[in-house]
Amino acid sequence: MATEAQVIPSDWGGGRLPYRVGHRKLGMWLFIMSDSLTFSALLIAYAYARASNVWPTPFKFYPSIIFSSVMTLVLLSSSLTMVMAVSASARAQKSTARKWILATALLGVTFIVLHMIEWRHLITEGLTPFKLPAEWAEKWPGASPLFGATFFGITGMHMFHVATGCIYLLIVSGRVNKLKHEDVEISGLYWHFVDLVWMFVFPMIYLLSIDMTK
Amino acid sequence: MTEHAMETEEHFAGSNKLFFSIWVWLLLLTGFEVFLGYIQLPVVYMLVILMGASIIKAALIVAYFMHLRFERLPLVLTIVPALVICICLMLLVFFPDSFRSRALRSPAPATTPIEKP
Repeated sequence: MATEAQVIPSDWGGGRLPYRVGHRKLGMWLFIMSDSLTFSALLIAYAYARASNVWPTPFKFYPSIIFSSVMTLVLLSSSLTMVMAVSASARAQKSTARKWILATALLGVTFIVLHMIEWRHLITEGLTPFKLPAEWAEKWPGASPLFGATFFGITGMHMFHVATGCIYLLIVSGRVNKLKHEDVEISGLYWHFVDLVWMFVFPMIYLLSIDMTK
Repeated sequence: MTEHAMETEEHFAGSNKLFFSIWVWLLLLTGFEVFLGYIQLPVVYMLVILMGASIIKAALIVAYFMHLRFERLPLVLTIVPALVICICLMLLVFFPDSFRSRALRSPAPATTPIEKP
């Protein structure tokens, strides 16, 4: 049996942070875990619906795939600006950190604008959550109308996260002088998670739905 | 600096050069994925390769951009295995069943003619 002297200096003996992260950062990691499962469930439900139905593959390489690739580039670049913000914050360069955070938020807004253009294009074609455009229904007979539900559901959920992230980053940039470095790092964790989710949404929703017909 | 602050701030690591090289790798992997879409491989190959590339990209983001590589092992072990096991369990339950549902919806034609009584 361990004596008191052996227990107290250990990481798990109390009075220390065993993970070497603050409770807020640990909380963000736990939130990211739960949100990962939410997106996993959505993507697995999409894969289930797709594998068990005739599924339309409507996206032309140009413009749809090129457009969504640009969106991916914007989101990846926003992750780089965010990591620069965290790096500047770690060196206590608050003003530089603020500029990088604002650049990240701006790239996030750009992503949302591009995504709204994409949505508008599909809605104009006649896609709704529970109905395919007549042209698609003719091209892929018996195709599941769930395409719209999964597309708008998953990309909408992701876009909601991006929008929330932009608001979060704007608040952090406004208060960066008062906040600790760890708070900036926590906002970075959230933003990188949003980027990470898109790394699965982009291939599953777009790249696996390229129109093979000439 | 308080002991708490020292404990939480000591683990930041990674240079801007490293982060930039990770970003370039992420772009290259994305370019590779888009190229696969351009040459139009069969969907099964696409699914396997794209998911492989996405997992690598996710690992790079989590390890370097989210700094998990620089965190302590207990934190990594708390977060990663539970998540991976949960996702694998969801796949185990739902993915095989999706093919059964499809077979029920549109059964394959019989290979031998059914004998008439």
